[in-house]
Amino acid sequence: MAHAYTPGLKVMPCTLLKKKRLLPIPGKVLAALDQQVDALDVVAKTELPGKVFSINVANRLAVGPEEVPGFMLKKEGDPVKKGETIAENKPFLKWFKTTIESTVDGTVESISNVTGQVLLREPPKVLPIKAYVKGKVVEVTPDFGVTLEAEGTFIQGIFGVGGETNGEIVVAVNSPDEDLTPEDIKDTYKGKIVIGGKHASLATIKRAVELGVNAIVVGGIHDRDLRQLLGYDIGVAETGTENIGITLIVTEGFGMIPMAEYTFKLLSSRNGEKASVSGATQIRAGVMRPEIIVPGYPKHVTECKKDQGRGWIEPGDPIRIIREPHFGVIGTVKSLPPELTVIGSESHARVLEVQLDGGEVIVVPRANIEVLEK
Amino acid sequence: MSKKDLEVIIATDCGSTTTKAILIEKKGDTYRQTFRGEAPTTVEAPFEDVTKGVLNSITEVEELSGRKILDGEKIITPCEGSKGVDIYVSTSSAGGGLQMMVAGAVKAMTGESAQRCALGAGAIVMDVLASNDGRADHEKIERIRQLRPDMMLLSGGTDGGTVTHVVELAQFLKAADPKPRLGASYKLPVIYAGNNKAHDQIKQILGDRTALIITENLRPSLERENLMPARHKIHDIFLEHVMQQAPGYPRLMKMVGAPIMPTPAAVGTMTEKFAKANGFNVLAVDIGGATTDVFSVFSEVFNRTVSANLGMSYSISNVMAEAGLANILRWLPFDIEEQDLRNRLKNKMIRPTTIPQTVEDLMIEHAVSREALRLAFDQHKALAVGLKGVQQERSISDAFEQTASGQSLINVMKLDYVIGSGGILAHSPRRTQSMMMMIDAYQPEGITRMAVDSIFMMPHLGVLAQISEKAALDVFYNDCLVRLGTCLAPKGLAKEGQKIMEWEVTGSDGSRQAGELRFGDMVHVPFAAPKAKLVAKPVKGFDMGAGSGNKVEADIEGGVVGLVLDGRGRPFALPKDHSKRRADLNKWYKALGMYPV
Repeated sequence: MAHAYTPGLKVMPCTLLKKKRLLPIPGKVLAALDQQVDALDVVAKTELPGKVFSINVANRLAVGPEEVPGFMLKKEGDPVKKGETIAENKPFLKWFKTTIESTVDGTVESISNVTGQVLLREPPKVLPIKAYVKGKVVEVTPDFGVTLEAEGTFIQGIFGVGGETNGEIVVAVNSPDEDLTPEDIKDTYKGKIVIGGKHASLATIKRAVELGVNAIVVGGIHDRDLRQLLGYDIGVAETGTENIGITLIVTEGFGMIPMAEYTFKLLSSRNGEKASVSGATQIRAGVMRPEIIVPGYPKHVTECKKDQGRGWIEPGDPIRIIREPHFGVIGTVKSLPPELTVIGSESHARVLEVQLDGGEVIVVPRANIEVLEK
Repeated sequence: MSKKDLEVIIATDCGSTTTKAILIEKKGDTYRQTFRGEAPTTVEAPFEDVTKGVLNSITEVEELSGRKILDGEKIITPCEGSKGVDIYVSTSSAGGGLQMMVAGAVKAMTGESAQRCALGAGAIVMDVLASNDGRADHEKIERIRQLRPDMMLLSGGTDGGTVTHVVELAQFLKAADPKPRLGASYKLPVIYAGNNKAHDQIKQILGDRTALIITENLRPSLERENLMPARHKIHDIFLEHVMQQAPGYPRLMKMVGAPIMPTPAAVGTMTEKFAKANGFNVLAVDIGGATTDVFSVFSEVFNRTVSANLGMSYSISNVMAEAGLANILRWLPFDIEEQDLRNRLKNKMIRPTTIPQTVEDLMIEHAVSREALRLAFDQHKALAVGLKGVQQERSISDAFEQTASGQSLINVMKLDYVIGSGGILAHSPRRTQSMMMMIDAYQPEGITRMAVDSIFMMPHLGVLAQISEKAALDVFYNDCLVRLGTCLAPKGLAKEGQKIMEWEVTGSDGSRQAGELRFGDMVHVPFAAPKAKLVAKPVKGFDMGAGSGNKVEADIEGGVVGLVLDGRGRPFALPKDHSKRRADLNKWYKALGMYPV
């Protein structure tokens, strides 16, 4: 049967997930092999070296750089307190005495007799890594962290902002083509993951931030609202570190696009349960999409399927068109003609025939569709 | 084997997404590209071995050509009859290419020289640190810590000059204790190419913390740049350290018959060879999904810049952010809501593999590409400059024409040849679209030939040029370049409709065309002859390269587009009035037959 390769987002009722939880630099691993961990448990931690600050002692004391070591009261490696004298000159008259105080709490990193600079380093900061999902430790990477395995519902979004968070799922609309309005966000949603329908406006997102909602998952947002929310235009999709007080996940794209029915139903089936979500998105090399993970099985599911990752389409598959002039339209694959076809822009492209709900058949480049879960 | 013996060559370019192989064979006295194959690059999981994609792409060449090239996973050399090849060469930009951080004492002097050095070696420059870059010391240290480059280039000071600034930079570097991007276990390579008086101090400071390599100063005096020794070191370390960490590269390095080059370095080499062989000033651009590379050779000086976040898919949104929506909208001959355009561009960013289906959507991508090309060119002009800080002797006659040091080397009137590559230029449905995008973005003046590298063969040819310049140039002329034609653009301004030039072209095949150009018009003359003689007589106030009102006779090229006479004047500005602008765009697009009606 004719089929074509197509990338799609994963929307799975239950699957076996592996998550690597690694430190950026070596540290201490706190979880042991086979240990069960909760989402908020710390599995590894390290100390990030403190920030470095410089003081030009030669200039301040009006001496040559090579003379600086002679005026230092502290040696390299010595601890210092903010305001503590680290160097002073020795004038004949004490009125001319100049003292140099440490600008930070920390240690003396280096004293240079070439530049006359003294570098001071703040104490290290502890960087903990949480488990993020409830699961079992299946591998320990010494000094760096662990790999966790968990069974659960796994849903990828297309784009997100904001980092990892956790909370209880609350479905705030009745259908996937409903707008999530500011009024839909209730006071009781603090610390929760709010599921909307086709769109969330800037006002809705701001209200959610005010109330302390942990995350919003919605079909679409307008780019203009995103810009206002962040205060800048996102140029390249590398997100996850935004500090906007909420994690926002878009499942379909930019604009007003109803959330895929399958996704909405699946999220609704896990209403009230605890989920782990991350807005981190990276579209270049090593694609990373935002995700919603709910440990355990939905009520109607009895077994956890492995990710089959079929990766191709066949006639009969439900698809969504992801580019103008039919952006967001849903249909079924009718046929996959193998030959190159001239499309409206005059490009030669591989296409497919799509049957729409009303029975109409349209021709779309294969690059412009996405497979939907049945 | 001597270079004369090369009969059959296989070359690959391992890109981030696709590995492309080409077969080159000697036919009589000339080398020609005969077959090509491609396969997905296999640097990332689940394969994590670049050679898999290489072998797949070569297998496709084998199937198409009937030549047996592989014996299992080995390349058969030398060639005997229909079996084997004489040499295998490769370039690579997989895994994000070569990422560097550079540092210099003074931003506009050694800082800029260090940047030019790294860019010319094919690197992406993540940041330029300098003593006077406006950042506080702790901010510099923090920045070094955050970035995880593949290697660092440290320069500063002229030979024998003051050592303070460069020692200070080294101390910051030591305090930051930077880690390399790949492989947590090895030390970050640092190339020192600064003041030779500071060698001992640099060794003392960085010797045990980093993999320090000391080479000649890249700016031995203010008047002289000496970039090659440091560039060679960058290539050595790229091969010895960086590539060794990338999946499968140690194996790939054993397969090749010449050192692997970073893709942009190979494109640069080819641009230089082409410019030198013809005595041309050349501009070459490669606009990809994420980045845009610009190469130029002006007055025999080579420069390369890479605009890391200007591209047509992954970075399309950044083009909007940097150019501004108004600048994209100005190229569209129809109205579109700002919100709609914003959402469309963001949707392309999150689904980068989609393609325009309608003419309207195609026009939007073409509008974005003009801005991406223009911005990347602006960045190139800013770096392709003469040395700053050079003392100039001035006579009394210079008093009226004071020029600072560090003028841009790029002069669009003296530009002879533009070569475009990358999806949007190479695969436009109509070639006039590619030519017009480059004309609008670069606004060439006088006479400018234009071509596209439709299957992006310049990387392969650049690395091949290291072995056989003849083979590389043969293929470049015969198979790589798709000649679009020549743009004739008189420089000057006049009233709309006023005659600004008479012209006549006689092709090597005897064909002859002539006419007049009026201000505000664009004229398209199909003209395929590969060589032609042009006689252009601009009116007073207009310049075609020989001064205002002076006749010009020149050799030009026809091509798949032919001649494009651009009577919109220079400096070119679109009408401010909305309806006039739309009418003009429609008139020009129609004159060039750019889009289906």
